[in-house]
Amino acid sequence: MSESRLLQIRGLSKSFGSVQALTDVDFEVRDGEVMSLVGDNGAGKSTLIKCVAGIHGYDDGEIDFDGKRVHIHGPKDAAKLGIEVVYQDLALCDNLDVVQNMYLGRETRDWLFRLNEPAMEQRTAETLKSLAVTTIRSIRQPVASLSGGQRQSVAVAKAVQWNSRLVILDEPTAALGVAQTEQVLALVRRLAERGLAVVLVSHNLHDIFEVATRITVLRLGRNVGVYEREKTTQQEIVQAITAGAPTKVSGIPAAAEAPAS
Amino acid sequence: MTTEAQTPEAQAEIVGQDAASVPAEEPPRSLGGRIVDNVKSGNLGILPIVIGLAFIVAFFSFKATNFFTADNFNNIIVQMTGTTMLAFGVVFVLLLGEIDLSIGYLSGIAALTVAELQLPGSGHQYPGLVAIVIAVGLCTFIGGVQGSIVALVGVPSFVVTLAGLLIWQGVILQVLEIKGVIVIQDAWINDMAVYHFSKSAGWIIAAAVTGLYAIGTLGSILGKRRAGVANRNPFLIGAKILGVAVACFGTVAICNHANVPNGLPLAGVLVVIFLLGLTFLAKRTPFGRHVYAVGGSAEAARRAGISVARIRILVFMISGGMAGVGGVILAARLNSVDLNVGGGTLLLDAIAAAVIGGTSLFGGRGEVRSGLIGALVIVTVSNGLDTAGYKTGTIYIVTGVILLLAVTLDTIARRLQVRSGR
Repeated sequence: MSESRLLQIRGLSKSFGSVQALTDVDFEVRDGEVMSLVGDNGAGKSTLIKCVAGIHGYDDGEIDFDGKRVHIHGPKDAAKLGIEVVYQDLALCDNLDVVQNMYLGRETRDWLFRLNEPAMEQRTAETLKSLAVTTIRSIRQPVASLSGGQRQSVAVAKAVQWNSRLVILDEPTAALGVAQTEQVLALVRRLAERGLAVVLVSHNLHDIFEVATRITVLRLGRNVGVYEREKTTQQEIVQAITAGAPTKVSGIPAAAEAPAS
Repeated sequence: MTTEAQTPEAQAEIVGQDAASVPAEEPPRSLGGRIVDNVKSGNLGILPIVIGLAFIVAFFSFKATNFFTADNFNNIIVQMTGTTMLAFGVVFVLLLGEIDLSIGYLSGIAALTVAELQLPGSGHQYPGLVAIVIAVGLCTFIGGVQGSIVALVGVPSFVVTLAGLLIWQGVILQVLEIKGVIVIQDAWINDMAVYHFSKSAGWIIAAAVTGLYAIGTLGSILGKRRAGVANRNPFLIGAKILGVAVACFGTVAICNHANVPNGLPLAGVLVVIFLLGLTFLAKRTPFGRHVYAVGGSAEAARRAGISVARIRILVFMISGGMAGVGGVILAARLNSVDLNVGGGTLLLDAIAAAVIGGTSLFGGRGEVRSGLIGALVIVTVSNGLDTAGYKTGTIYIVTGVILLLAVTLDTIARRLQVRSGR
């Protein structure tokens, strides 16, 4: 099991001034699994993924990626490792079209240093097709004119088209209706089937039980448990979210008590 | 309109993960259909402004006897060049959702610099072209400094460039209070505004511009075909090339027909060169793409790995540089620099031109050409009212009303766009 462990975090701590956002948190994701990260508001979910994405620095702790110790100091470091984050507010430019958004910041150029539009358009169409995103009528329409589910699909497709290995989705279904949520969850499942490691941050236990392989629960900045989806119930998760005691439980090795480095 | 495409059937397909259902190639839409689509989604394009311009021209043709003449047409081209150059820079700044209030007096600084550097017997006399390059370079540098304060320190651009407006006006007053008027004698500099090409040279230029446009368009069609990507309606592409040809040859024909001055003005050619160059920069390079991205959502751009500060600084450098180019041309037109240089309505005309032409004040939406179209409207109106014998007050009032109309139309279009999306 350990050889397929893509991301392993041990003893991560992070404080904002006097506020201790994360205390000695362990977290891991394997290739091809959907690891769900849940917790109440202020439990530290967002802080944890921002540390992994390089948005925040962390005070203490170790991050291993693909078996190697890594130091993530900025979004570029994370991207270089193959970690992509799809944020709650999507981070798409409304005024640009689908192709332009997909290639934002990584445009391909031709020999005259011009944007190579045909190539970008073609590859965008291929990526969307491979992810079975079929509702977008034209990939040359501005993102502003897309529906919520379509926007989310574009954001996810943007994240996975760069040979990424770990995709972190922050509340991907929060603003979506039933059918569109279904659409996005199907997409999440497809990512895991492709062998990517997926972290799904969500409040919606129904969604989580539909797609997650395992569930990590955070409470007040501490890890209160990792559960196999098959062997747990929604009740148990709710219990952990609201009243879980900070113990290191199943699935997390004892070595997690890492000394401060 | 896209939400309509989100039919229950389509939804069911997605839920069922029917990977075989590839998005159908969109059939090329008819010109009429495309216009309706665009208007519905709030993208009015240049249509209203072109119609408005036609009305303005028709109105003044009846109102003033010597408005609708080849001489006056030629005159308008030279009159609008300075404002247009400034407006090109304003478009880039507005695309970021920022503002640059310093460009008026910054153009004055360029005029002052170029006049000072060509001054015979001053001990620092340079050839005309060198003086122009130094003046434009200085303005680009100043724009870069102002942009750095905006981008790196985080002072709002309104404040930084307002300070710039006061500072550069002060510098101009300090220098020219002692010197009075500096006359520009250097032929190279003055030619920027007064040189007119011979008839045959005019035709060659028209042919070259049309040819370049056609080659560029056909090249991109071939590129798309090779990549198997849908092309636009071929009739529309043909119509566009034809339109460019008519505009180029028509302009040269009228300019060649004029008596004084006769022939295509160099200033007009400079406008076209900057129009094409800056449009290429905005639309076909990663830098231009990033400008639109930062204007649309700075946070999204930052997360995509774009250096937002770098883009901001570069855009303010473009703005400063274009103010410099405009300033040199304006000085050349007057053959001199005096205390009023860079003042008057120059700044507001340039900003109004960009906005009238369809560039949004809120960032992310606009085209380089809107600077040219807007300047054309403003200068045509003021020239027309002038020839018809109206006073300056009337010109300001009419310009103000046009600005208000243009922005109102644009705002309504935006609201329609928000409604049609999501």
